[in-house]
Amino acid sequence: MSRLEIKSPGALASIQDAGRRGWRRIGVPWAGALAPHLLRIANTLVGNAAQAPAIECFDGGQQFVARDGAVRLAVAGNAQLEHLTADGRQPVAAWRSLTLAEGETLRVVHTGDGRLAVVAVLGLDGPPVLGSASTYGRAGLGGVDGRALQAGDGLPVADAPPTPELQLRSPPEADPGPIRVVLGPQADHFTAEAIDTFLATDFTITPEADRMGVRLSGPALTHRDAAAREIVSDATVPGAIQVPGNGQPIVLLVDGQTAGGYPKIATVISADLARLADRKPGQTVRFAALGVVEAEALARAAEQAVGDALRRIAPVGGEGMIDLDALYTRNLLSGIIDGREDD
Amino acid sequence: MRMLDLGDGAVTIEFGETIDPALQARVAALDVAIAQAPVAGLIETVPTFRSLTVIYDPLQTTRAELDAALRPLIDAADHAPAVDGRHWRLPACYGGAFGPDLDEVATTAGLTPEAVVAAHSQTDYVVYMLGFLPGFPFMGDVPAPLQLPRRSEPRVRVPPGSIAIATGLTAIYPWESPGGWHLLGRCPVPLFDAGRDAPALLAAGDRVRFTPVPADEFAALAADLAAGRIDPQQWCTPAQEQA
Repeated sequence: MSRLEIKSPGALASIQDAGRRGWRRIGVPWAGALAPHLLRIANTLVGNAAQAPAIECFDGGQQFVARDGAVRLAVAGNAQLEHLTADGRQPVAAWRSLTLAEGETLRVVHTGDGRLAVVAVLGLDGPPVLGSASTYGRAGLGGVDGRALQAGDGLPVADAPPTPELQLRSPPEADPGPIRVVLGPQADHFTAEAIDTFLATDFTITPEADRMGVRLSGPALTHRDAAAREIVSDATVPGAIQVPGNGQPIVLLVDGQTAGGYPKIATVISADLARLADRKPGQTVRFAALGVVEAEALARAAEQAVGDALRRIAPVGGEGMIDLDALYTRNLLSGIIDGREDD
Repeated sequence: MRMLDLGDGAVTIEFGETIDPALQARVAALDVAIAQAPVAGLIETVPTFRSLTVIYDPLQTTRAELDAALRPLIDAADHAPAVDGRHWRLPACYGGAFGPDLDEVATTAGLTPEAVVAAHSQTDYVVYMLGFLPGFPFMGDVPAPLQLPRRSEPRVRVPPGSIAIATGLTAIYPWESPGGWHLLGRCPVPLFDAGRDAPALLAAGDRVRFTPVPADEFAALAADLAAGRIDPQQWCTPAQEQA
């Protein structure tokens, strides 16, 4: 059995799967991958079940080394990667699987214009805690001893098989559009001007942005009156946008607390939450409001898009086969076929 | 009752805007009703002081279908008998290093520290909800003289087991965490253990009363609990015996 050694966890790396459900009533957040579609794509590329535990890289700097045998892994996300071998280092593409021979290293140099990449490793497993291997450090649940990965951790994984590497052609493209929200549950705690400002202003991602939530900076959103600045705590969900008394919104994410006493002006729709979590400090975000029915349609469309992406995964090079799906999609998107894309 | 939008995967059914045992009882009744009814696409429910949030999978159902399934349950829950939770008598070591704010609370309340301990420990609290941290119980109501605003300077580290008060509420911190409540003492019983079938010791609707214990008994209890020689269930008494 091979091992994947964490040579460096970079800024933050943790084991995440689809997260734990059913425990918010006792204060346990879902945790899980911030970008569930990346988890499913990376796992499928490497040959795991789509929701298997994988390594979420939050910002770059991670280094992973194959020990006691070869290791197959795959990276989903627009990350810049390097493969370090005895012959030196070469850049390798994301959105495909890759086999590290014993002693070789994969380095996540950076995560491009975003923060998130998922590294799936063939055979990576973790004992489920409350139904999930996802790391939730505050209560010491999941992952490795309930914590984020540290240099020196060695994760038991499968020996890399002799099967062909897999690749996702035409990976999902970044959508620069506004982050869509459903107003409420406490939009009525704000002035009409505050709602207008919320939907017409670029907010900046502050450095206080992690798996718990993202603090934004922008024009203060004014509560209706002093009494409206707090509520008797009610339930939150990932995507809920709290506005404390200072008027600066906080978007809760998958590790965020399950209840809170600040009014929530709106909730980011499920289809757009990963895009928000992927924004870096200093980048901006603009919100747009829509209704629940439209949001549900977008959730279904997003699921359809992930399913389509998973079906486009095919052996690298194709061994003489023509990947008609990829050809068709690529043609529609860009009108150009790059014959060297399999490098 | 209002149904409040919480994105495309959740709806909050709000019965009121205050902390009130009657509201908590309606929340609990609806929670039970939903647990007993097949509701398509349901992921989980989250009871709070005054509302029940229903989290659903928008790929399995729609809000319109969910609302239609919930309406009769909400109507029925309004006439349901109160849900009677379990009754707990939890040991508490007040003051000293475990309760660094006891003296200040006493001064502010115009009471002796002994009177603060008596007032806090001779009150039956209802567990309104769990949240903030895994297993963290929001309980109330504390007696009027002890109802103080949160500390003006929150602590960076509140030790696990700390028994604290703020506004009309009291709580036990299951984990070390930042916190702005006033610390009166320490409870040795672990409030959360992922290895238990029910990881959280307490549940919304339970009743809790504290039993003051001296420091040496606290230490012995903590050691016995850590070694597994005591089952925390020993502090749980069947409701009928306590009426």
